[in-house]
Amino acid sequence: MSELKYLLFLGCVIPYRISSYEISARKVFEKLDVELVEMPEFNCCGLPLDPVSHDVMLTLAARNLCLAEQQNLNIMALCPGCAGTLRKVNKALQEDKKLKELVNGYLKEIGMEFRGGTIKVKHLIQVLAEDVGFERIKEAVQKPLTGLKVAEHNGCHVLRPTKYIGFDDPENPVILKKLIELTGAQCLDYMYETDCCGAPIIGVNDEIPLHLAGEKLRNVKAVDAQALITVCPFCHMMFDLNQPRIERVLSETFGVPVLHYTQLLGLAMGFSSDELALEQLRVDASKILKFN
Amino acid sequence: MDPKFKYKISKIPGAEKIMLCFQCGTCTADCPIARFSDTYRPRKLMRMTQLGMKDRVLSSDVIWLCSACFTCVDHCPQGVDVASVLRALRNLAVKEGFMPVVFRELASNISKTGYAYRIPELRLKKRADKGLPPLPKANLEDISKLFNLTDFSKALEKEKK
Repeated sequence: MSELKYLLFLGCVIPYRISSYEISARKVFEKLDVELVEMPEFNCCGLPLDPVSHDVMLTLAARNLCLAEQQNLNIMALCPGCAGTLRKVNKALQEDKKLKELVNGYLKEIGMEFRGGTIKVKHLIQVLAEDVGFERIKEAVQKPLTGLKVAEHNGCHVLRPTKYIGFDDPENPVILKKLIELTGAQCLDYMYETDCCGAPIIGVNDEIPLHLAGEKLRNVKAVDAQALITVCPFCHMMFDLNQPRIERVLSETFGVPVLHYTQLLGLAMGFSSDELALEQLRVDASKILKFN
Repeated sequence: MDPKFKYKISKIPGAEKIMLCFQCGTCTADCPIARFSDTYRPRKLMRMTQLGMKDRVLSSDVIWLCSACFTCVDHCPQGVDVASVLRALRNLAVKEGFMPVVFRELASNISKTGYAYRIPELRLKKRADKGLPPLPKANLEDISKLFNLTDFSKALEKEKK
């Protein structure tokens, strides 16, 4: 019997475009003996609609929190957007009585009630760092990626806003770096490391995000990192799927492979590139495999 | 001009501290979007809001450029939740009929499927081929009720400006 058990919150971006993250995450957590329970039902966390209606975001998020309360299980979200939103709403509704009343007023009409204080929401790397623990991850590494140099991109909602998230140091985040170094790879610093990838405003304005993500890729390449490691499907989409477009718009070549952290850890655990869906990446990552 | 605009904004959850902004410019200096835009300046939007330049702010394309990275929220020395003020402004803009088309698509997808994106059948089949469990289904009736109760359905019906 596994002692760690979570309700798995997949979100929308992963099933839409980034199933390689889900495939590799499931492999890694099975190896770490963490039980993942499927959501009984699902709706979007609400974040994409926050700019147009805060109340809709609150109720969509709270509805998911109610489902977790009914199951009496903590949520693990793979997407920082979902994790941040659910975590923030879970906290805000407990702290602000008036807000809780407002949201429960809406939820009453669909036969639900947010109680608060019974379940927690964590992002995948928070689960790895706080619950699974570095020791257990280290023990599971069988084929260390010695000699591989990478850089990391956390994704904003893993870290900010501090008052709701309270994980790692948003100004100088080290936890993802430590998790990366458990795989035997070295994690390098680069300029503007904690900056946003810009993806959330794609659709409103494409020019700014393409330049922003391009600058990050340029900085990653400048320190000779052989890959960029992400823990967010949305950031991943920006850096990997959009990389050819960024290269076109900026008239530059990057060729930086972008791996999910769970793919990097999976390789170090001894899973094959097929098992971790490395073939689904847009930017060829085969040169990473020689370190394995 | 609407001199009472700031009071209205300060009653919206998250935007309570708008009056405390003393225009230091930390939000703009630290904003990754502002580095790549000639027009997006959160400090300026905070000032325009305080001054009551309601129509100009709400009809502006610029308020939609915040990527919600929350750097400004963490850095504001006055504790102003700049990103939430911008969200409050955009929520009001929607009530006035301003909404970028991408949000209509997201809202329509969520109301029809529960997911923010339309996931093609082929991809669902690929999931099964890869040995992934079926995706959890959404309760569309509940979502529709929540859209109605929060008056969001009304905002969606508003004519595009």
